[in-house]
Amino acid sequence: MSERQFYIDPSRCIGCNACVQACAECDTHPGVSMIHLEQVQRADTVQTTPIICMHCDEPACAMVCPADAIKKTPDGVVQSSLKPRCIGCTNCLFACPFGVPKYDVEVDQMMKCDMCYDRTSIGLKPMCATVCPSGALFYGTPEELAAERSGTPINEFIFGNKTITTKVHLMMPQGTKQLTVRPDAVVRRSDLLTAVRQVER
Amino acid sequence: MNDKLKEDFPIDWEDDHFVTRREFFKFLTLASGGVAVGTAALAAYAQIPREEIKFEAAKICSTEDLKPGSALAFSYPRPGDLCILVRKQDGEYVAFKRRCTHLSCPVEYEVKNERELLYCPCHNGAFSLEDGSVVQGPPPHPLPQVKIEVRGSEIWATGAIKGDH
Repeated sequence: MSERQFYIDPSRCIGCNACVQACAECDTHPGVSMIHLEQVQRADTVQTTPIICMHCDEPACAMVCPADAIKKTPDGVVQSSLKPRCIGCTNCLFACPFGVPKYDVEVDQMMKCDMCYDRTSIGLKPMCATVCPSGALFYGTPEELAAERSGTPINEFIFGNKTITTKVHLMMPQGTKQLTVRPDAVVRRSDLLTAVRQVER
Repeated sequence: MNDKLKEDFPIDWEDDHFVTRREFFKFLTLASGGVAVGTAALAAYAQIPREEIKFEAAKICSTEDLKPGSALAFSYPRPGDLCILVRKQDGEYVAFKRRCTHLSCPVEYEVKNERELLYCPCHNGAFSLEDGSVVQGPPPHPLPQVKIEVRGSEIWATGAIKGDH
């Protein structure tokens, strides 16, 4: 049996916030959730998507850290900042292409999703994946995934000239190989309405 | 430059030499525990009584050789180990190592102010004839005692040496 992987399927997210609450219940960071539940094009839709750390093969957050506080374990999991080293500069927040790291003002430290390292390193599922009622966050083997889903998991993202490969997979429509992120190409309904109004005038 | 930077500040956990506080304190605890156990073991070893050490018995002289209030130098148990046999004024025989515990000068039998002593001329040290304890001067330890036995008309060192040497 293959190794268990983490899959995000934004189309399945129902915005229930269960993952956010479950994350905050973890004993390693009680009361502080490492998950962002993002509203996708808030003006147009109620669609939400959970943002967890993608665990990049070349983590941008760790590369820009001036205090050498972010480390990647041999199994490919990018850890939260080391408390004795983190200087709270928030460089990692700006560098992360997925917007994952969180800066906690009270402890003056960056904290981020570490795929529940205390759980996954001993074979348990991450907290969020155990509670997600719709399967938007799925932790299991590729075989288990293929048995019940039709989409294609991808882990290659293209940001301009930079291609980023990640440990965590994103579920995309069948046959997709990679995701090209083009923030400038997003068309919002409000933009269209403005254009229509301008034409009417 | 960039490679050097990556080498000095690696992203991989295993290449980094980060010591967590928990690891550091674990080391401190184990190390101080080791020192404590070692010290306790040494202290326990030092508590083992070593009052008497057996050596082969050797004849020193005959009882007629010494008059009360006189002393005789001899070597025991090996030829270079200086010892002194004293016949006290009351006729009792006692023997001690002759090396002063201060700087190893040979001690002499002396009577001062009607008190019998083993006197060291080098730095004015003196030991009691009763048990070898320090009476005056710089010697840090008592003088080790040689056990003797009177066998008929002969005096033998029976091999037991008392003290901390």
